[in-house]
Amino acid sequence: MLMKTDDNTLARAASDGDTAAFAALIERQYDRLFRLCFRLTGSRTEAEDLCQDICAALPGKLRGFRAEASFTTWVYRVCVNAAHDRRRRAATHANAAEGWGAWELNRRAADDDTAEALDWLIQAMRSLPDDLRDTLALVLDDITHREAGEILSVSEGTISWRISEAKKHLAALRQQEETP
Amino acid sequence: MSDDLDDLKQMMDAATPRPDPDRKAENITLARKNFNNLQEFWGHTRPTSDRPEKGLMSGVRKVLKIMSSRGALTATTALVAIYIAMLSPLGDRLMPMNRADAPLPPAKPAVLTEASDAQTRNKAATSGAAQEEMLAPLVEPEMAADSMAIAPAPAGRVMTSDPATSLIMAEPPAVVFESDTETFANAETNPVKVTSENPVSTFSIDVDTASYAVIRSSLTQGQLPPRDAVRVEEMINYFTYDYIAPNGEAAFQPTVSVSPTPWNPDTQLLQIGIEGTAVEIDDRPPLNLVFLIDTSGSMEAPNKLPLLKQSFRLMLGQLRPEDEVAIVTYAGSAGQVLAPTPASERSTILNALENLSAGGSTAGQAGLQQAYATAAQMAAEGEISRVILATDGDFNVGLSDPDALEAYIAEKRESGTYLSVLGFGRGNLDDATMQALAQNGDGQAAYIDTLTEAQKVLVDQLSGALFPIADDVKIQVEFNPATVAEYRLIGYETRALKREDFNNDKVDAGDIGAGHQVTAIYEVTPVGSPAILNDDLRYGTAAPASGDSDELAFLRLRYKAPGAETSTLIEEPIATEVSGSASFATAIAGFGQLLRGGTYTGEWTYADAIALATETKGADPFGYRAEAIQLMRLAESLSAN
Repeated sequence: MLMKTDDNTLARAASDGDTAAFAALIERQYDRLFRLCFRLTGSRTEAEDLCQDICAALPGKLRGFRAEASFTTWVYRVCVNAAHDRRRRAATHANAAEGWGAWELNRRAADDDTAEALDWLIQAMRSLPDDLRDTLALVLDDITHREAGEILSVSEGTISWRISEAKKHLAALRQQEETP
Repeated sequence: MSDDLDDLKQMMDAATPRPDPDRKAENITLARKNFNNLQEFWGHTRPTSDRPEKGLMSGVRKVLKIMSSRGALTATTALVAIYIAMLSPLGDRLMPMNRADAPLPPAKPAVLTEASDAQTRNKAATSGAAQEEMLAPLVEPEMAADSMAIAPAPAGRVMTSDPATSLIMAEPPAVVFESDTETFANAETNPVKVTSENPVSTFSIDVDTASYAVIRSSLTQGQLPPRDAVRVEEMINYFTYDYIAPNGEAAFQPTVSVSPTPWNPDTQLLQIGIEGTAVEIDDRPPLNLVFLIDTSGSMEAPNKLPLLKQSFRLMLGQLRPEDEVAIVTYAGSAGQVLAPTPASERSTILNALENLSAGGSTAGQAGLQQAYATAAQMAAEGEISRVILATDGDFNVGLSDPDALEAYIAEKRESGTYLSVLGFGRGNLDDATMQALAQNGDGQAAYIDTLTEAQKVLVDQLSGALFPIADDVKIQVEFNPATVAEYRLIGYETRALKREDFNNDKVDAGDIGAGHQVTAIYEVTPVGSPAILNDDLRYGTAAPASGDSDELAFLRLRYKAPGAETSTLIEEPIATEVSGSASFATAIAGFGQLLRGGTYTGEWTYADAIALATETKGADPFGYRAEAIQLMRLAESLSAN
């Protein structure tokens, strides 16, 4: 029964104190959250820690969800905000070198092509300013521009602008590579 | 998405690792533990003997008590954050600045400490900078200020010297309804008209009640309804009043009364009520019902498809063996789920209903075409066919042109098949389309938010909802400029007709079902009243008023017998004398106007509406009126903050 219920319903039940609903919800959402956390941070351990922050705080925030449209949008906003917090804290400790800045990839990559692609991805993500990178992380996660706007508290237009900026960055990067 | 992003997406997908199963299990355990602790904390209302009489927690409780639910929502995160802060190692460091006026609460919530301890351990294991990280929020108080909703875990939240105050001042989260894809049909509130310039008011009746149910659903969820969701006439028509039932040939008979206006001592309310003949249930013609059910993914919520199934089950009990039922669904592709089946084969119908499940997107038009085709196939001489569309508002996929859809429905209306629209759930309720469809299909639009509402719409009013007794009912009131200086129609904004349309039988208007009641209320300002809003014109004053000075207005009603081409006219003069006192309908009219912003209600408040409604509640056998009073009280509280 619970597995068939949609996330919004589960979240509402959970915010009313339904333990089973919350358990089902977090179980179902965790991988998705982790995926986004990874894309926001570019580091596996950072992503695990970020997930821990979110897991610890989510129960308390859930009451704030009630009036929201979509649980996905809401939880992604929680996620992005938590990532920002972490980034800011990291900045104050001058250890910002982690993450996309110095991405320790577990090079499972068997063939060179893949390795090359990953290198390029690291370079690409590293070259982007934070806001463009966050936006790109969301949009690559199949989030629409409108939803991304809701998540990042900016207008849909801003998202579209950021994506086009990001594309420009990437195009410039490719050109640099091709003309050494 | 362009190609370069597609490439990037592929790379990203390839690069994204799976979460570590151990950390995942740990994190989920942590989340569940915190969740349980929180429930315990919130469920903990039992007063304990060792609780300090005065202190932080009692203060907080007091604050919570006086806060509205809206405030309490916000407080949750803040309160929990403070709570953890006091008990965690970090909290100890924070305590001194509060200790004087905020003693520690009793031992009970110690479990929380455990959670944050566990967390500290986890952090220490994964990050060398755990200690600094824990401290970080202290040096960055602005972080806490920017959003309550981002409080990261173990919560060195802002500790002001007076936590209670900081709770009150916390910015409430923006309360928006579930989503912004709801659209409502409405128009500007009817203005005050000057009788000498504009003596005639014409409108179509409206038997819909959807607006009231939408308002109820908003208020019970702790939000004032969007103004456009409020259609005052639908609120008034939600209730039944003591009207004269028609006798003899006429399909209905108007009941007219004039009473003082509660919100303005210098005006009067003219209430016009009509009640349709009640059809003897036993004599009714056989029904052909085609349920057209939206089974798109969004219908999965418990207040949608499951409620719909329960509602139809209730309705099935009211049908007779010779009635026929068919079910057509639309989601992705339209399909006939149940071929026309006599209502006597109850289990076949119930099984088909039970097997419906939500999934896929919505293709409204294809479904509608199939439903009408099914209805046509079922039609026989002397039977009434009706398509009952049940949806949560997703009526857009595969529909290129809404006007074409309306035109299609209007054309089918000519062929004698009626359409009713039942709305379920909130979030993307397309009220405007629902209204348009029902109006064009000569049907009723209702919004079903609870099983009780289903009972009211589908069972109690079965005869009315399903048996039209008069089509194209139009009301025209001509005010007498000798006695009425100004007037305004309360509600019916979306139902206005042109003056010349009244006598034009080609112009469509609302239908009335068996036993249905329709009420219209005008606020009229008598000649010489201090409440007149428009000054006399300096130039070109109208010809001196002529006419009988003991007549207030002249009422004309037109309707067609179902299927008839030409209309019948009912005429009746309305006398000036005050013939009644403020009624329950008046209280609802006032309530509706307040919800719309109260342009004309002056100093009148929700409290006055509650007082009037309570006074005029009457017998109220099903508790509908009591519920309305409850909603007024909610609106009063919600509008206060």
